[in-house]
Amino acid sequence: MAKYLLLKHYRGAPAPANDVPMEQWTPEEISAHVQYMRDFADRLVKTGEYVDGQALAPEGTWVRYDGEGRPPVTDGPFAETKDLIAGWMVIDVDSYERALELAGELSAAPGAGGKPIHEWLELRPFYAASPTDPECHPGG
Amino acid sequence: MDEALLRSLTPSVLTVLVRRGADFAAAEDAVQDALVEAVRVWPADPPRDAKGWLVTVAWRKFLDATRSDASRRRREDHVEEEPAPGPAPAVDDTLQLYFLCAHPSLTPSSAVALTLRAVGGLTTRQIAQAYLVPEATMAQRISRAKRTVSGVRFDQPGDVATVLRVLYLVFNEGYSGDVDLAAEAIRLTRQLVAAIDHPEVAGLLALMLLHHARRASRTASDGSLVPLAEQDRTRWDTAAIAEGVRILQSALARDRLGEFQAQAAIAALHADAPTAEETDWVQIVEWYDELARLTDSPVVRLNRAVAVGEADGPRAGLAALAAIEDSLPRRTAAAAYLHERAGDVSTAAGLYAEAAHKAPDLAERDYLTRQAARLNARLRN
Repeated sequence: MAKYLLLKHYRGAPAPANDVPMEQWTPEEISAHVQYMRDFADRLVKTGEYVDGQALAPEGTWVRYDGEGRPPVTDGPFAETKDLIAGWMVIDVDSYERALELAGELSAAPGAGGKPIHEWLELRPFYAASPTDPECHPGG
Repeated sequence: MDEALLRSLTPSVLTVLVRRGADFAAAEDAVQDALVEAVRVWPADPPRDAKGWLVTVAWRKFLDATRSDASRRRREDHVEEEPAPGPAPAVDDTLQLYFLCAHPSLTPSSAVALTLRAVGGLTTRQIAQAYLVPEATMAQRISRAKRTVSGVRFDQPGDVATVLRVLYLVFNEGYSGDVDLAAEAIRLTRQLVAAIDHPEVAGLLALMLLHHARRASRTASDGSLVPLAEQDRTRWDTAAIAEGVRILQSALARDRLGEFQAQAAIAALHADAPTAEETDWVQIVEWYDELARLTDSPVVRLNRAVAVGEADGPRAGLAALAAIEDSLPRRTAAAAYLHERAGDVSTAAGLYAEAAHKAPDLAERDYLTRQAARLNARLRN
């Protein structure tokens, strides 16, 4: 089993095929979308492939160390072009192919008109030190 | 094994040990050890006097730990100076534990964690679950809190207002895992009402009961938020509402109004209305005026503006809203609501979308997005 991170983006990903902002959907379409994602997560819980999922607020701040006693530097309110992560789901699956399959399925959540939104999701494998990997144990 | 009994005995056993001179952190460890022992021994050999048994075992555990401690002599001297354990004093022991846990030197989150542990008798694991943090993290937070109050003596007077604030924080944390923090807060506040005669304590209990009574109807089966006006009132817990109203009335009769009583009065007016349309908004506005006089918080002024919108019409509500700073959370949502009621659908749709963007949690964001979607659908037709 290997863990993968599925990243949803507010901005920064290529535009989805069915690109209509959510507040322009009908309330029923929103409910169907939310229900699809909930069912998806429930199913992964049952197959033992679900690890974690969280949604993130759109507002974030860039921070860095800027010397003793000096305030951190932030990018202020002008974040329009910044890549913004909307949320994540962590899955634990047998293969890369399975991870791709699930990401595709999540991307097919219904949107405006009840049609899949074809949202781009970012799929990132977790680094994991294998206990059998000799390179991780120099001298061991 | 009666877990509720153990939990209810924990604070008074802890207080006895601290009274006898045990340091708070050491006393807490000893009580936890005694509880573990009780879980092991009681099923086969139940004690006649559960509290007495726990005190005896905990004190022995404390002495054992102290003897093996390098600072034995110092502690023994300390115990020597203490008054001998005698009959219980007139004040309720648990009350002082409340004051200790709500000590001003603690951060609010530490005070909440320590209260749940020491007064509520919850395990570190249960508290960690309720806060969705790892158990080790919560254990560190609690032991840091214990160290902070370890030098504080029980004879210092505590501030009731601080205790009430901590209990209200517990209540508002909601629940997850196997502990419902709202129910736990109600249980603890009931204890406090029994221990201390103060109309604001009663006011807080009434407020919690009135909010809690409506909780089941606040979310739909799919987890989405249901606003007050659309809630199924047959699902409200009428017994809890009746109890809350009764407690509130006797508190108000004492004529020492405080913040919690005023909030409870508003909650009672909502709970009393057979339908949303029959809500007595005029009286609610009057209570918000009282509340504003007591606290002058912008949140109160925001809620008051919404109430004014119901009592005197949406234009009056928007006028009241104008005086409130833009950055206040939920102000945009309130403005959207009032604009819709005033018939300005397209402004309302835009404000709902903006409010959704700023929403503090997912359920609220989804709710506001749906409101925007509903109005946009109306504008298209």
